[in-house]
Amino acid sequence: MPAKGYIEVNELYCKACELCVTDCPYGVLALDMERLTSKGYHPAHMVQPEACTGCGICAVVCPDAAITVYRYERQKGEA
Amino acid sequence: MTLAEVPTRIVYSRPEVLDKRVTHYCPGCTHGVAHRLVAEVLEEMGEVENAIGVASVGCSVFIYNYFNIDFVEAAHGRAPAMATGIKRLLPDRTVFTYQGDGDLASIGMGEIVGAASRGEKITVIFLNNANYGMTGGQMAPTTLPGQKTTSSPYGKDAARFGKPFRIEDAYSGFDMGYLARGALVGAANINRAKKMIRKAFEKHMDNQGLCYVELLSPCPTNWNLAPLKAKDFLLEEMTKHFPLGEFKGGDAK
Ligand SMILES: Cc1ncc(C[n+]2csc(CCOP(=O)(O)OP(=O)(O)O)c2C)c(N)n1
Ligand code: SF4
Ligand code: SF4
Ligand code: SF4
Repeated sequence: MPAKGYIEVNELYCKACELCVTDCPYGVLALDMERLTSKGYHPAHMVQPEACTGCGICAVVCPDAAITVYRYERQKGEA
Repeated sequence: MTLAEVPTRIVYSRPEVLDKRVTHYCPGCTHGVAHRLVAEVLEEMGEVENAIGVASVGCSVFIYNYFNIDFVEAAHGRAPAMATGIKRLLPDRTVFTYQGDGDLASIGMGEIVGAASRGEKITVIFLNNANYGMTGGQMAPTTLPGQKTTSSPYGKDAARFGKPFRIEDAYSGFDMGYLARGALVGAANINRAKKMIRKAFEKHMDNQGLCYVELLSPCPTNWNLAPLKAKDFLLEEMTKHFPLGEFKGGDAK
């Protein structure tokens, strides 16, 4: 199934608490252990983008209001 | 059509009334969730211009830096007294305090009891993290029996220092507009907490007396637990002593 949505993490705010990672019901997110933010945290990012539904749970639980959630607006029948 | 060509719609973004600056809170501290929920409710109710916040002393002492609304800072524990004065002079404004458990339930217990017993028409957002966060994690009246803190290193002896302060028992005889307790971890709890905050502000605007929302919040740093473990401790241990729900003015009864 194609992704229904996607998220963006504003790395200025992300503090790598991992709450979004464990609360996402679809295993979309992980901390990016390859990168550090300007404040020295491994930021959350999408590792299974195709599984994202745009449900917004990650944004609701984020203590630092770092996440923006988008949904794709497909017409009926479009892949 | 490639994914990049599909039109998108934003379904969630950071509320405008939250300032753009990064908070000083520790990773996984849900003072930030409480701020965001208050910001969202004020925006949704169109009360941003009309709101006056009263900040307290504790980790949230800089809350006025994080909101683009009017804010004043009270001395430790005195926020309900300051809010009382503001609301009596400016009865059309939405006036709320934002207090920690050391602030409200310890040094400020006199002010909150007074405001509640007089039925002051203010809203109180009370963040309970079962310890004094800012000063290094000392025992508070909300600390759980057996909980280790810097001033109860062998665990809190409830026979000596009291059981956790539970407002719904202590204030059962007061007429209050609203009294509820929510939790700031897990999406379902957070959505419910937001509804409680909304209800408190609505009843506040309707002049129904003191409206009070307690929010259970992890303090990963002073609990000595990583954020995910602190979340579990809150849900498994803290809620045993602090049940979630509406106690006055809710739909439940
Ligand atoms: C009159 C006075 N006494 C003591 C202090 C020291 N002090 C600063 S914050 C604090 C407790 C804060 O704890 P809490 O209200 O639980 O907020 P948290 O930091 O946990 O969010 C204390 C005792 C002070 N600033 N002023
Ligand atoms: S929007 Fe939902 S599915 Fe997508 S990453 Fe966030 S929690 Fe996971
Ligand atoms: S919940 Fe927010 S701060 Fe925590 S890891 Fe996810 S994006 Fe970063
Ligand atoms: S010390 Fe505790 S209450 Fe204070 S910012 Fe850190 S986690 Fe939050």
